[in-house]
Amino acid sequence: MANREPAKRGAERQQRPVENQGTETSVSKGAARHKVGIASQGRSWLRHHKSTAKQSLLRLLLTPLPSVMTLAVLAIALALPGLMFVGLKNIHQLSGEWKGDPRISLYLQQTLPAEEAERFSQTMLLRTDLAAVELVTKEQGLHEFQRISGFSDVLAFLDKNPLPAVVVVQPFDNQKTELVALQKELSSLPEVEEAVLDMVWVERLASFVELANRVVLVLGALLALSVLLVVGNTIRLSIENRKDEIQVAKLVGATDAWVKRPFIYTGFWFGLIGAFIAWLFVQISLLLINTPVGELAALYQSDFTLQGLGFVDSLSLIGVGIFLGLFGARLAVGRHLREIEPQ
Amino acid sequence: MIKFENVSKRYPEGHDALRDVDFMLQRGEMAFLTGHSGAGKSTLLKLIMLMERPTRGHVSIAEQDLAQFSRDDIPYHRRRIGVVFQNHQLLFDRTVFDNVALPLHISGYDEDDIGKRVRAALDKVGLLHKEKLNPITLSTGEQQRIGIARAIVHKPQVLLADEPTGNLDPALSEEIMRLFMEFNLHGTTVLIATHDLALVSRMPYRNLILDQGRLIDGK
Repeated sequence: MANREPAKRGAERQQRPVENQGTETSVSKGAARHKVGIASQGRSWLRHHKSTAKQSLLRLLLTPLPSVMTLAVLAIALALPGLMFVGLKNIHQLSGEWKGDPRISLYLQQTLPAEEAERFSQTMLLRTDLAAVELVTKEQGLHEFQRISGFSDVLAFLDKNPLPAVVVVQPFDNQKTELVALQKELSSLPEVEEAVLDMVWVERLASFVELANRVVLVLGALLALSVLLVVGNTIRLSIENRKDEIQVAKLVGATDAWVKRPFIYTGFWFGLIGAFIAWLFVQISLLLINTPVGELAALYQSDFTLQGLGFVDSLSLIGVGIFLGLFGARLAVGRHLREIEPQ
Repeated sequence: MIKFENVSKRYPEGHDALRDVDFMLQRGEMAFLTGHSGAGKSTLLKLIMLMERPTRGHVSIAEQDLAQFSRDDIPYHRRRIGVVFQNHQLLFDRTVFDNVALPLHISGYDEDDIGKRVRAALDKVGLLHKEKLNPITLSTGEQQRIGIARAIVHKPQVLLADEPTGNLDPALSEEIMRLFMEFNLHGTTVLIATHDLALVSRMPYRNLILDQGRLIDGK
């Protein structure tokens, strides 16, 4: 009786029942068999991977309706965090080029003559870390105050202008720490009585960005979990559907890895295709809002342009999809395949 | 080849399926395993296939105690055994050819090698011309023969059959039995569980008779 042992995978253990038996029954064939075994081990393993990958994909295509439904759920669950991520990226960009604020108001010494104030504002203009400098003289200040406050009658009674000259500067850098450092430096100048940093907007923006980061993180995690559950459940159903096949395969000597492989590949395809559709969703959504965003930016005289996903982030989205697909499949397979044993 | 040493199997619910079963089948021997339903025939075969483990005693195949095989070793143990079932367990989502090729794919044979071996096996059971059909279109007898082709396609050392003629008429049963005899002539150790006593009595082979889990004849 010929009992040439077919190729086995490299990762498998040396001490196997078949091998013991082989040496025992047909010693003369041992060497030849061993050679054949090693030569075709890798090939056979690779071939099974390739054919399993192909068949798993074909199975998805053979049941188009359920596959499309599952893929749609996966794509939406992946596209939402994708879109939020793009939104976040644009907020970062927006806050980076946000030029209107913040400002530091330098209240000059009350006793400083007008010419000195003028000179001081000139020196401020020479600084490279300031984007703009504006001098509000005592007279301008009073005028403005009268106009805005409506206390013009009261002010008329004062014989002396109580307002100091103010130099309003706008730093290039709008990072909070840099601003505070600059404020400190400017307030120590002899001409300056007090330097007031208009931080409210900076702080609001910073905490808003922080909040948005968190929200994206939390929602992203929840949606990733839902992707895992959807893939896991789909794989569980497909294991249930192929129960007979699994039992027969185990009965004729299929290893756990062999039985698992098609389901792992199914998870892979769900992840890959789902992520690709999600990527399309994101790109189409961006196309749709690109024009209105451009118009809005034009109204604010901003050269802001909507940022897309870009190459790296697109790859990341696909990568996350594949990872979640594989992981979800692993979870389902680990739980359910062991329970199916031939009866 | 197959050796049972004082093997007992008690199922968790307390039912004793086998009690002190002790016998040995030589390499290349063919034997029947008979007894009423529930006498423990299927349990005995399941112990050989490592679908169950004995409660007491030792089962050895080719001088190897099966108790030493871990869960990971089971697939490799099963690859040297061919099994035929009464309910044949064919897969109806693929052709006859693919059904028979399954054990070879699992064991990792080369593609062209698989083609040759599958056709040789189908030729032996006389169904070579049906290789492209779906087994669901075949008669019960033909399906059973496909099951046999699948069991012998990888040239196992041991061939087990559980009621292989269970729902076949006498003429077909004879035909199936002749197939088993033929494999036995080529050196395969064959053990057939059946309750078809008329058929067994016409055959010149050893008969292991189980009664309520005890081996009462054929040792």
